[in-house]
Amino acid sequence: MPIAVRELELDLDAFEGPFDLLLTLVLREELPLREVDLAGIVVAFVERLAERDELDLEACGEFLVLISALLELKARGLFPEEDAELAELEPEEAAEELARRLAEYRRAKEAAAWLLERLGERRDVYWRLGPAPLAPARPEPKLAPQRPDKLATALRALSVEPPAPSLAHMALRFPPTSQFLERWRALLRRRTRVDFDQEVEGLSRVEVAVAFLALLELRKQDEIAISQPAPFAPIRISRADAERSLSWTVRSA
Amino acid sequence: MDRPLRLVAANPVDQLARTIEALLVVASQPLSIDDLVAATEDDSERVETAVGLLSDRYREGRSGIVLEQVAGGWAFRASREAAEACARLYERPVEKGLSNAALETLAIIAYLGPCSRPDIARIRGVNVDGVVSGLVERGLIAEAGRENEFGAVRYRTTALFERVFGLESLAALPRLDDLGADVTEIRARLEAVAEKRPA
Repeated sequence: MPIAVRELELDLDAFEGPFDLLLTLVLREELPLREVDLAGIVVAFVERLAERDELDLEACGEFLVLISALLELKARGLFPEEDAELAELEPEEAAEELARRLAEYRRAKEAAAWLLERLGERRDVYWRLGPAPLAPARPEPKLAPQRPDKLATALRALSVEPPAPSLAHMALRFPPTSQFLERWRALLRRRTRVDFDQEVEGLSRVEVAVAFLALLELRKQDEIAISQPAPFAPIRISRADAERSLSWTVRSA
Repeated sequence: MDRPLRLVAANPVDQLARTIEALLVVASQPLSIDDLVAATEDDSERVETAVGLLSDRYREGRSGIVLEQVAGGWAFRASREAAEACARLYERPVEKGLSNAALETLAIIAYLGPCSRPDIARIRGVNVDGVVSGLVERGLIAEAGRENEFGAVRYRTTALFERVFGLESLAALPRLDDLGADVTEIRARLEAVAEKRPA
């Protein structure tokens, strides 16, 4: 049975699953190729090949095509600005460029080795470690020119004594609820139904409120019935016994 | 009869040296001659003389505290003979566990900085994002503007880097030309490998 390259199972740092899925993710740019260890894929493929006695040329061909395409994509991703520059080079120039880059990298490695040696020499040197180094100085934010007298005006407005809070509501005198209880009872002894708004007309807001409280009190004691056909409609008050006799009349009719 | 008390200083900059000594004790990072001139409000020549006096007084083998010229200034450190005792009490988080990749990246920034992550990746041939972040966290490198208004962030080494590696300044690094093989030699080696390979 031939090796199915696309079903090759991979277990890399950045990805775990079949090769086919990796390709899809890379092409959809859902997985950054630069994070993918391509050498790891090669190792996985070679291990798979080694499990078999004979060489599967077709699978090898397919794998080479795929992995080289990935390598090229990764290289382009790492050095985007150099695409054109390298493609235009003659083989001789390319070799020169490669040698130049290797020399550059070699120098970086040598410099790193020098730093490591230096670190070794400083191994027995201790000093006080202060706070993290200061960030590079940022330019001071420039403020628009300000007029000091405007600032003074603003401050003056703020420094004025605030008006004393009103305590007028504390002086309100509430008439006793009992007074209204008696008035309602007296009224309902004379008439079976009364209209709230009509009866409280001419009273102050406080008195209207107390009158209403008295009504609620009477309702609680089941002395009266209150009805209001709709919100804000006139409130009708009737004696409780009158209401009961009315409903009895309606039911018996 | 009262006479004004006259103090005869052993050295004309002794008083100044004592003030500088105090400043260096308080400082958590190296103080440059300019810093010392500003703080003491004295002239730079006298400050330099006083620092010379102190560096002789606090030298390796003479005192447990050593005055060293490092990272563009002067700073106290422990003498080397106290290293073992220091090691029992203190860690060195900045340089502890610096990887080869980190040292290579540091070297590139020290020589070519300010430079960006793509610049470093071009030389090292691998993605350097993680290494660069690690070095920033240690305080060995810091941001130094952008390539252009919207370009990649560039990095430079910090004074802490110079202190960790005991450099007076970046100029104390060996010359780049003295490091590594030259292009011709590498080219010759590449060709030698190419010839060995079967056509």
